[in-house]
Amino acid sequence: MYGGGNTFEGIKTDSLAQEDPEKLAEFEARIERGEKIEPTDWMPQLYRKQLIRMIEQHAHSEIIGALPEGTWITRAPGFKRKLALMAKVQDEVGHAQLLYSAAETLGKSREQMITDLITGKSKYSNIFNYPAFTWADSCFISWLVDAGAIVNQLANAKGSYGPYCRALERICAEESFHLKYGHHCVIYLATGTQKQRDMFQEALNRWWAPMMHFFGPSDKISAHTEVLMKWKVKMATNDDMRNQFLDMYVPKIRELGFIIPDPKLKKNQETGRWEYTEPDWEEFKRVINGDGPCNKERLEVRRIAEERGRWVREALKTPRTAYVTPLA
Amino acid sequence: MNDLAIKELLYKMADDQLILGHRNSEWTGFGPLLEEDIAFSSMAQDKVGQSYALYTILHSLGEQEPDTVAFTRNAEQFHNSIFTELPNGEYDFSLIRHFLYDTAEIMRFDMLTESSFQPLAELAVKVRAELRYHTLHANTWVKQLGSATEESVARLQKSLEHALPYALGMFEESPYEKELIETGVFAGEKKLQEKWLVKISAIINETRLQLPDLSTLQPVSGGRIGKHSEHLQPLLNEMSEVFRIDPTAEW
Repeated sequence: MYGGGNTFEGIKTDSLAQEDPEKLAEFEARIERGEKIEPTDWMPQLYRKQLIRMIEQHAHSEIIGALPEGTWITRAPGFKRKLALMAKVQDEVGHAQLLYSAAETLGKSREQMITDLITGKSKYSNIFNYPAFTWADSCFISWLVDAGAIVNQLANAKGSYGPYCRALERICAEESFHLKYGHHCVIYLATGTQKQRDMFQEALNRWWAPMMHFFGPSDKISAHTEVLMKWKVKMATNDDMRNQFLDMYVPKIRELGFIIPDPKLKKNQETGRWEYTEPDWEEFKRVINGDGPCNKERLEVRRIAEERGRWVREALKTPRTAYVTPLA
Repeated sequence: MNDLAIKELLYKMADDQLILGHRNSEWTGFGPLLEEDIAFSSMAQDKVGQSYALYTILHSLGEQEPDTVAFTRNAEQFHNSIFTELPNGEYDFSLIRHFLYDTAEIMRFDMLTESSFQPLAELAVKVRAELRYHTLHANTWVKQLGSATEESVARLQKSLEHALPYALGMFEESPYEKELIETGVFAGEKKLQEKWLVKISAIINETRLQLPDLSTLQPVSGGRIGKHSEHLQPLLNEMSEVFRIDPTAEW
């Protein structure tokens, strides 16, 4: 599950001047023609760097995202939910595995990526820095955070880098089941007892602001990313994705009788765009930079898992072990 | 045929699978490598699914719904072996438990494919096929880590010695043992334990691990008659936390 909003914090295009102009032109022409770029093809350094950054953040988001939901596997009410949630969270970890492999084709090892995650050097989706207090929070994540991720990932699946696109196609197919599972859970809360309805309304109140943050800063304030759009690394603007999400899910949330905690939220019929209270981008920045409710806890869990597992990974190495770039 | 005898057999197997499945699922997000997260999660799903199938047979024999049985009983009403309820500990303990337990389980279900109790015999064919992957996984890892570094061998050896008395508790006999054997429902715990010992010895012989003399060990039993360690009730409290908010609600 990935929003992608925090990927593009502004890029420096200086390095482009050092690229071979002929190769660069051919590279851009290939992308223009809709061809995919493969691992051994020529690519500008900036393209490689941005893709590693994006795919790596996506992979981190999958494993960190497994934590808030994972804590509900052992508490899921009934066999049906327990089995489905186990399979769902397992999928997310599987996505991380797939994505780390896709990023490795660009030359950065999984070990290095995980080290950068634990040391705070690389980021992950901001939304997982918020706590899942109740069962209804886990249902919100399964339904709406996954829904947001699908909006982002479907767009990115049409991007230019072959291994990432192929990973995303498979990921989106799996996420669509997560969405169905999450929606099903929320329907049961919506049509259940007063306590169940209250649980979900409270979850919605807690998660709405992080959900609006999920797609990243407003286009008005976000960094210029024209070159990344041209290279089909970034496929849609943050506001476009947010708008698409609101278009698809606001009616569904309201249909279930829940109240979205934003009195200004409405669709402007003339422009076809949603109007809403501007999310607090200062809070977004603060949380992304480490000062959210769960940042420390999430990274600590990952750090402990890595440390406790070190002897296992060591014991897998043989004298023949060498770094192997995964097949694209 | 005595229904009580069959129910007792079904309960202990269902409870074993549910409790160990639950423990396996606790590895989600914490595995030593992503591939192991995924593997333990797969095994958790199989085990919890298998427990559901066994509770469903029990339901057809007049017991309550699977959800009610799994999510509302207290520790004294569970028949799982103490071995399955122990906390995961480090990966070495989880792996050794997985190896000792699943080697027994695949043989148990293999024996049950010939059970005179038809619903169980039919289910056993399916479960045996699933468990094949569990033992393949366990054997691969035990062989690798049991022969790799000083640390991995020492860790596995220590966990093996710690786990074995509990593992022997899996074979605690039922009060209906004789009847189950005579009526061809199940060939019995003694026979299962003998076959199990041959198999685990063969795998351990391929590693640098040493199998202690089992005759010197005192089995940790009691789980089959509802006498559990201090670890089971907290696990059940956690498992039923949401369910108990309103047991009449649909989730």
